[in-house]
Amino acid sequence: MANSPFWSTFRRDLILVFRHKTDMVNPLVFFLIAISMIPLAIGPETALLIRIAPGIIWVMALLATLLSLDNLFRSDFDDGSLEQLLIAPYPLFFSVLAKVTVHWLATGLPLTLLAPLLGVMLSLPASAFGALCCSLFIGTAAMSLIGAVGAALTVGLRKGGLLISLIVMPLYIPVLIFGASAVQAAVLGEPFSLQLAVLGAGLALALVLAPFAAAGALRVSVNG
Amino acid sequence: MNWQWFHRLGSPRWFYEKTQAWLPWLSIITLALLLVGGIWGLGFAPTDAKQGNSYRIIYIHVPSAFLALAGYYIMAISGAIGLIWKMKLPFMVMKAAAPIGAALTFLALITGAIWGKPTWGTWWVWDARITSMLILFFLYLGVIALQQAFQNRDTADKASAILALVGTVNIPIIYKSVDWWFTLHQPATIKFIGKSTIHISMLYPLFIMLVGFYCFYTLVLLLHTRVEILRRESRTQWVNDLAAGKQGSK
Repeated sequence: MANSPFWSTFRRDLILVFRHKTDMVNPLVFFLIAISMIPLAIGPETALLIRIAPGIIWVMALLATLLSLDNLFRSDFDDGSLEQLLIAPYPLFFSVLAKVTVHWLATGLPLTLLAPLLGVMLSLPASAFGALCCSLFIGTAAMSLIGAVGAALTVGLRKGGLLISLIVMPLYIPVLIFGASAVQAAVLGEPFSLQLAVLGAGLALALVLAPFAAAGALRVSVNG
Repeated sequence: MNWQWFHRLGSPRWFYEKTQAWLPWLSIITLALLLVGGIWGLGFAPTDAKQGNSYRIIYIHVPSAFLALAGYYIMAISGAIGLIWKMKLPFMVMKAAAPIGAALTFLALITGAIWGKPTWGTWWVWDARITSMLILFFLYLGVIALQQAFQNRDTADKASAILALVGTVNIPIIYKSVDWWFTLHQPATIKFIGKSTIHISMLYPLFIMLVGFYCFYTLVLLLHTRVEILRRESRTQWVNDLAAGKQGSK
């Protein structure tokens, strides 16, 4: 098992993440600073902040994920190890899945864990914290998977960063709608299991299709 | 089954020469349909009981919205054909279809806004269908942006084909989620006018306009594809002969 294409890539990428901690920390700092901008821009009234907190936290988590996507394949592309993955006699699907999993562990999971703190700052009621964490937990995983397709498509371009956002953001809309709505429902004291179920279904679909599309996109980007 | 026609599609030259003969006919039919449908719809169709004359914008709004969505599928399907059979021509069709589709989506949004002003009293409403149309516009822009970003043409073709296909998988999901989102946040301030019963005499010109728009789309797609063929094949003998022949006859 330790030598399977999934686990070997997984181990390698995880080690790389721990050796370059800034890649992991920067999206989090962005998340923190960007959310702090909102009360400064619209004013500190609690009622207003409660009203917009679910949407703001979700949009900012989406943006933080987008900003971190460019790193997903970039360094491997630059040093040539991506080509080694492509010519390796293993299905690319699992290597891509491993890379995305590590990306989620380094970005999505910390975002999820940081979110309650930001919820407190935006005076989100305590009843909504469960929904916030659950929806972000599932939603960031789906966003990492979908974003991998965009990262794979633009890895060959020198200035891919903004382009990734352009092509991936419309694809994030369902995740955003259901994620933010789950938190909104929890704030109002309504059940939110429907939204989480739909997010889970989306994650399952993305888990099956996105690595496949990203693998195809990587072949196009690297080999032309 | 005879697949010869399909393999011939792999040849841009064959396509270019074949479509040359279609163009005059298609232009005449398109012009006739758009003129008849437009004059009938704008001038002679009965006035709507609730909306008055403002409803007449549907003769442009509905066909362009139809083709905006159909155009995305045309773009994605030609991209898929290009990826699967590794043919040159479908990629050229795909590249030609993207700006046309984006323009039609924009037209649908603009006409919708103009229609919304007298009907709802506001230019823009976050209504489910309008929002879906806006997202479709974003998807088109993404494909165009990706296509433009690459120096290498083959990579650009394949990459934007993959993006178009990913978008195709997503379109039903996006539409369903926007629908759901809209029913959740039904705005109370805007009163939607109840479904006007469309009289059959209003429907005939709409049908003609719809067929006319389909012909128009085909015509524009053909013209764009032909330009793309000439651009990409500009180093081949037949294009040079064509250019030399055109100049020689003048």
